[in-house]
Amino acid sequence: MSLVKLTIDGQQVEVEKGTTIYKAAKKLGIDIPVLCYMDLHNMNIENKPGGCRICVVEVEGRRNLAPSCSTNVDEGMVVRTSSMRVINARRTVLEFILSDHPKDCLTCAKSGHCELQDLAVKLGVREIPYQDNAEMSTYKVDYSPSIIREMDKCVMCRRCETMCNDVQTVGALFAINRGFDAVVAPAFEMDLQKSTCTYCGQCVAVCPTGALTEVDNTPNVIRALADPNKKVVVQTAPAVRAALGEEFGMEAGTLVTGQMAAALRRLGFDYVFDTDFAADLTIMEEGTELLGRLNKFLAGDKEVKLPILTSCCPGWVNFFEAQFPDMLEIPSTARSPQQMFGAIAKTYFADKISVKREDLVVVSIMPCVAKKYESERDEFATNGNPDVDFAITTRELAHLIKQSNMDINTLPKEDFDSPMGESTGAGVIFGVTGGVIEAATRTAYEIHTGKTLEKVDFEQLRGLEGIRKAEVDFDGLKLNIGIAHGLGNARKLLEDIRSGKSEFHAIEIMACPGGCIGGGGQPLHHGDSTILKKRAEALYREDKGKAIRKSHENPHIQELYKNFLGEPMSDKAHHLLHTHYDSKKPEIRVKED
Amino acid sequence: MSGYKIELKKKDLETLKEVCKSFNNDPGELINVLHKAQSIFGYLPAEVQEVVAEELNIPVAKVYGVVTFYSFFTMKPKGRYPISICTGTACYVRGAEKVLDEFKRILKLEVGETSEDGKFSISCLRCVGACGLAPVVMVGEKTYGRVSPDEVRKIIEEYEDME
Repeated sequence: MSLVKLTIDGQQVEVEKGTTIYKAAKKLGIDIPVLCYMDLHNMNIENKPGGCRICVVEVEGRRNLAPSCSTNVDEGMVVRTSSMRVINARRTVLEFILSDHPKDCLTCAKSGHCELQDLAVKLGVREIPYQDNAEMSTYKVDYSPSIIREMDKCVMCRRCETMCNDVQTVGALFAINRGFDAVVAPAFEMDLQKSTCTYCGQCVAVCPTGALTEVDNTPNVIRALADPNKKVVVQTAPAVRAALGEEFGMEAGTLVTGQMAAALRRLGFDYVFDTDFAADLTIMEEGTELLGRLNKFLAGDKEVKLPILTSCCPGWVNFFEAQFPDMLEIPSTARSPQQMFGAIAKTYFADKISVKREDLVVVSIMPCVAKKYESERDEFATNGNPDVDFAITTRELAHLIKQSNMDINTLPKEDFDSPMGESTGAGVIFGVTGGVIEAATRTAYEIHTGKTLEKVDFEQLRGLEGIRKAEVDFDGLKLNIGIAHGLGNARKLLEDIRSGKSEFHAIEIMACPGGCIGGGGQPLHHGDSTILKKRAEALYREDKGKAIRKSHENPHIQELYKNFLGEPMSDKAHHLLHTHYDSKKPEIRVKED
Repeated sequence: MSGYKIELKKKDLETLKEVCKSFNNDPGELINVLHKAQSIFGYLPAEVQEVVAEELNIPVAKVYGVVTFYSFFTMKPKGRYPISICTGTACYVRGAEKVLDEFKRILKLEVGETSEDGKFSISCLRCVGACGLAPVVMVGEKTYGRVSPDEVRKIIEEYEDME
């Protein structure tokens, strides 16, 4: 690789040929402001349409300013990133963008986390010219169960389009129209709810402004907590504890399990439980289903559907319902941990504390925005009363905690309540790519072989590689396991299954890059894989520290089966813990001529 | 996220599939496929875009993005005698806007609209490559050069007796 020498702001730097000015400057510690640019280095995806012009720099000998995010370096180049001309141009560009942007920052959901706002601060914008008689874009606000699109606030950076198409291959969002009318929208400007959107929320996670935000359920939660006639139960997903601290200035990868439990108790939840408990339950059902299919297969049954695919992730479920409706029989029928928790809380637990289903409110804290939609699915309600009443994201929880004048940094560590707060290390690792299948393997191994698994750490299933393959030895029986995270990677494995090329027995799929730790409801990580890595390490650390690390050894799960469910896959378990899938693909009907 | 239904006549569906096939169902041929489809159907309704997306194995949002980007493509049926006024630079500076205004006034139509009897529609296009004849008007395949606003009524009258 040949090297190129150039000068940026008077400093010499040597970089590889083909590097952009933006990246070369970064090497010198010069942070050129950007807006449309996005670097997802762990996925080798860069969004650099060069359209916003915020990152312009002066290149000696060139007449026009150059966008540094998409201009490559040349030998001997002399670049100025903060000359008078650059600063004035940059501010003018921003003022133009702001002239067609709502001025409701005080009440905007993104306020405080908005990159456009940060730019206005950084560039010292004190007034917005070009407003008189200026045209303003106006769009109808699009509400879906998980995501709100307020496209008046769109700056056409097209990061969401990159996530939706290049990373996730969902294809729900695309730039439409041209010039002033250009905006990112679903086909025919239909509501997101009618599109192929999976609610994975990766678009929300990268949107620099308030154009894409999650539905805010915190007011409903506050109302439920204030209602003296309601008992309010909370469950927290595994990935939340590994990221919540970041919202309070903590280092990525700081585990705040105990402080989070304390905060939830102080917020007024009557029972502070853990989704990890339901993750253990998921393993009992999904693991049994896997072994059931596998045994049939080994007995020579040609009809059996293999590989079995995990079904914990609602973004992934939405994806295959919309894009692979011909393969609805392959995924496990096990509900997600969130929904298993809700179903058990509103039956078994409600009975235990003698509270009517209607008077029990289940709140879930999720790293995910698709969980909001999942909780609203018709099949997860009894007589109109949902198993999970409100799902809020990690970001929303941080907001609730701050609103209640608490700080995770200063809270004591407390435990979850019993019984639905008791979990194993296997439940904890559900939050990271590879974790569900590792947890399932720990249990399935012991059930299948009848032997005790001595080494529970399956290192071969771990890592952040987009698609991973591993072989696990079940005492002579070699199981081929596939793992994909990010829906674009999942698509590749699914297409192999469709064309009969797949040799896997079981596949774990998570919609978000990294798994739930990189979920659309997590503190923003801006594609930084080091943050994802630290969150993953935190969950494996918590797993290691647990006394029990296999789901089937959780005494409270054993008790639940003994006193309530019977066996895994029993009729009752089927009714409460399993589900079915429907095609969500637009149907082309043919009219007779 | 919910499924929705679209309807298309059997004959049209088959024609459209043929068109896609003639371009090897290659996503890179999207613009050519749409071009051909519009020449057959006269416009590109949502149903047509859905089928093209399905056949080329690309998101329909992308097809819609392309359809709305290029002014040539339309989602509204054009008239039997589609009137196109060139508003490219040369035609514009030689008075295309006044010609356009006259068409709009006489036919009581806005750009992009089609008359109720389905006969005329007005659209603007950018440069047909006949700048020497500016301003240029096209009605269907027929080209009119150096059009002045007073000639507009005469052009319309040519088609009034036709079906």
